[in-house]
Amino acid sequence: MLPRKLSIKPRQSISVSQGQALKLGSQKYLKGASKRKEDDDSVEVGEGLDEWAQHKTLIKPLDQLELTEAELKEEFTRVLTANNPHAPQNIVRYSFKERTYKQISMVDQLAVHFSLEGHMLHKDSDEARRQRAKMGYVEETLPVEASVVEFEDIEEQLETTAESMEIDAVEPVEVIDVAAKGKKEQKLTNQFNFSERASQTYNNPSRDRGSQTKAPPRTTFSGSVNQWEIYDAYVKEIQLQEKAKEKQKPSTKKEETIRKKLVALEYQGDDLTRVSKSSKIVERMVNQNIFDDIAQDFKYFEDMSDEFRDQEGTLLPLWKFQHEKAKRLAVTAICWNPRYNDLFAVGHGSYDFLKQGQGMLLLYSMKNPSFPEFIFGTDSGIMCLDIHQEHPYILAVGFYDGNVAIYNLKKPSSHANYMSSSSAGKHTDPVWQVKWQKNDMDNNLNFYSLSSDGRVVSWTLIKNELVYTDIIHMTVEGTTTDKPEALRLHVIGCGTSFAFHKQKDYLFLVGTEEGKIHKCSKAYSSHFLETFNAHNMTVDAVRWNPFHLKIFVSCSSDWTVKIWDHTMSTPVFTFDLNAAVGDVAWAPYSSTVFAAVTTDGKVHVFDLSINKYEAICVQAVVAKKKTKPTHLEFNPIYPIIIIGDDRGQVTSLKLSPNLRKFPKEKKGQEVQRGPAYEIAKLDRLLNLVREPSSTETK
Amino acid sequence: MADAESKKEEADYKRVHSFPLIRQTDMPEEMRVEAMELCVTACEKFSTNNESAAKMIKEAMDKKFGSSWHVVIGEGFGFEITHEVKNLLYLYFGGSLAVCVWKCS
Repeated sequence: MLPRKLSIKPRQSISVSQGQALKLGSQKYLKGASKRKEDDDSVEVGEGLDEWAQHKTLIKPLDQLELTEAELKEEFTRVLTANNPHAPQNIVRYSFKERTYKQISMVDQLAVHFSLEGHMLHKDSDEARRQRAKMGYVEETLPVEASVVEFEDIEEQLETTAESMEIDAVEPVEVIDVAAKGKKEQKLTNQFNFSERASQTYNNPSRDRGSQTKAPPRTTFSGSVNQWEIYDAYVKEIQLQEKAKEKQKPSTKKEETIRKKLVALEYQGDDLTRVSKSSKIVERMVNQNIFDDIAQDFKYFEDMSDEFRDQEGTLLPLWKFQHEKAKRLAVTAICWNPRYNDLFAVGHGSYDFLKQGQGMLLLYSMKNPSFPEFIFGTDSGIMCLDIHQEHPYILAVGFYDGNVAIYNLKKPSSHANYMSSSSAGKHTDPVWQVKWQKNDMDNNLNFYSLSSDGRVVSWTLIKNELVYTDIIHMTVEGTTTDKPEALRLHVIGCGTSFAFHKQKDYLFLVGTEEGKIHKCSKAYSSHFLETFNAHNMTVDAVRWNPFHLKIFVSCSSDWTVKIWDHTMSTPVFTFDLNAAVGDVAWAPYSSTVFAAVTTDGKVHVFDLSINKYEAICVQAVVAKKKTKPTHLEFNPIYPIIIIGDDRGQVTSLKLSPNLRKFPKEKKGQEVQRGPAYEIAKLDRLLNLVREPSSTETK
Repeated sequence: MADAESKKEEADYKRVHSFPLIRQTDMPEEMRVEAMELCVTACEKFSTNNESAAKMIKEAMDKKFGSSWHVVIGEGFGFEITHEVKNLLYLYFGGSLAVCVWKCS
C-alpha cells in the first residue's frame, strides 16, 4: 500500500520510469496524472473520454510505424505479469549441506524504481512537541486520533504548489495528488489502518394507541324519609289497592255475561252438536220401537221346537247391520268389544286382488242396527282388526297395503291416530291378522301383526310412534333346512292367520297359505317349535280352545275343519264341510261348541259332546246365493253370533237352546259349571278318540 | 280506652303495612323482583339490626350483580346519591323502614 499521506518537496522532480511490468493500480494512478499533461507523449496510456471530445485529431508519435490494414488488424496478445524481466533466472548458491552449488528456485522479482525518505514525526514524540513549542502553535483542533502531524512549512508549501499548478507542469502528478490529499487530511487519522464496522437491523416502528370506554351512565337521586312519610305512602297504597279491587269485580261480571252470550251464539251456530246427545237418544228410541220384536226375540225367544228335535238346533236371525257406503265392500274382520257387549267393530275391504279400493272401519251397536256408531274411511282395504282387552276404545287395524294402524275412539278423527310408515317396517303384503298383546315391560301398548310377506311383527306404541320388531321370518321349507345355503330357495312362507296361547305368553300358532300350521315361540325367530301338515290349502283361521289349553281348531279352504292337540302331530277330529271354510270360532260358553262359516253361505255349529261326527246345526244365513259369509264371531256374553259376508252385511243370529245345551240338572246333584268342568268334558271326549293310541303307549 | 284503641290500631297498621312498597326504582323486572325479595328477607331476618340487614343485602347484591352496591336502611334519613342507571331501588318495608339500594362503582 502506498502511504496515504505523501508530503513532497515542491521543487523536487519526480520521474516515474515506466517499467514494462506495471501493476494495474499504479497504471490508473498515472492515468489521472495525464490529465494535465496533454503533450506528454511518453505516457502511452489511453486518455479519458473528455480529452477525445476536445481533440478530434489523433496525434501520432513521429516514430510510429506505418502499418497496413492487415497488419493493423493482426492481434497481439500481451500478458502482464508480475515477473521482473531483468531478474536473473540462474542464480546459484553453494549448499553446505550437499556440498555443491545449487540453483535457487525463488528469484526476487522486486524492482525498486523510486524511494523517498519521509519527514514525518509522531505528534506525541518529543521532537514534535519541541517543534510545536518552537512554532508557538497549539493544535487543539485536531482530533485525538490524529497521530501524524505535518510540518507546517510543508503544508504551506503544498498550498503554494496547488496555486502554481498550471505553471509548474513538470511534476503535476504528485502535486495534484498531494493537494487532493491535503483536503482530506483532517479525516486521515487512522494510524494503524484500523477500521470498525457495525450494522443494525431495522427496528419496527412502535406506535402507541389508547382508548377509553364510556363510563356507565349515572344519575343522581335524592330524597329524605321519616316515619310519617312512610305511613302516608302505605295508606295511599292501600287505598289504591282497594279501589282496584272494586274496579275488578264489575269487570269480571261483565266478562261472564259476554261469555254466556258467546256460548249461546255458538249453540246457535252449531245446531247439530247441541242436539247431538238428545238426537242420539231419540234415534235409539226409534230403533227400539222399530226393532222391538227383534229385541224381544233377542231377549226372550227360545225355540220351543228344539225339545222335539232331539239334538239339532237352529239359528234365529236377529238384526242385520249394513251401511250405505260399505255396501260394496266385503266384511273382512269382525270383533266384539270386550267391555261393551253390544258393540262390535267391522272392517271392510276386499278379498279380490283385482278389486282393491278404499276400506272402511265401522262400529255398530246392537242397540242401533240402522246406523254405525263410528265410521272411519280408510285409503286401503282393511283386512283385520282387534280391540284392546283393557282399553276397549283402542283398535289395531291391518290393511291390504301392508300398513298397520291404531284407532282411538276417544279421539274422534277421520284418520288413524297412529299409522305405520312405509319407511319403518311396514309389511309388503296384506296384513292378515293383528292381535293385541299384554303391555310390555315399559307399559307400552303393543300388538302383533301377520302378513303374507312371511313376517310376524311386533308393534309397540312408544310415545307417538309405532316401533316394530320382527319376530319371525317364514319360509316355505321352514327356516330349518339342512341344505347348503346356495341350494336353498328363499320362498316366503305366507302367513294367513295366527293365534296366541292363553297362558303361555311365548307360544303361538301360525297358519300359512300352504296349509301348514307352525307352532312358534316369540323367543326363537329362526325356527319353529313344530310344524303341522294340517291342510292342503290356505289355513283361513286357527284358534285356541278358550278352556282346554292344549286344543286348537283350524279351518281351511280345503273344506275341512280340524281340531288339534298341539302336542300331537295328527288332528284329533276332522270335519269335512263340503265347501271352503272361511272362519271358525269356539263358543265362549262351552269347550265343545264351535261354529264355522263356509263359502256356500252356511253356518255349521258343532257340539262335540253331542255329536262327534256331524254338525248339530247347518243353516244358510245369507239372503242371496252368491253372497259368501266371510267371518263369524261369538258374543262373549249373549248366545248370539255375528256373521259378516262379502256384501258388507253383518247378520246377528241367536243360538237356539239345543246349541248351548248344558247338562240337565239331576236331582241331588249340583250343577257343574266353570272352566274345570269344561276341560274335563273335552278331556273325556279326547280320551275316547285317543283310546287306542293311549292304550298302546300304556 | 283510648290507649287500647290506639294500640290495636297500631298492631293493625303493622299487620296491614307489612308488605314492601316500592317508591322509586329503575331496575329491570327480574332484578327488581330479586332485589325486593332480598330486602324483605334481610329486613325480616335482622328486624332489630338495620346494619346487619344492610350488610347482608349489599353482599348478596355484590355477588349477584357485581360490585359495588350500597345500601341504606333506616327509619328516617335524607340522602343524595349518584347511582348507575337501572340500578336503583328505594322502598319502604314493614311500615317503618326505608331501604335504599343502589349501585355505583
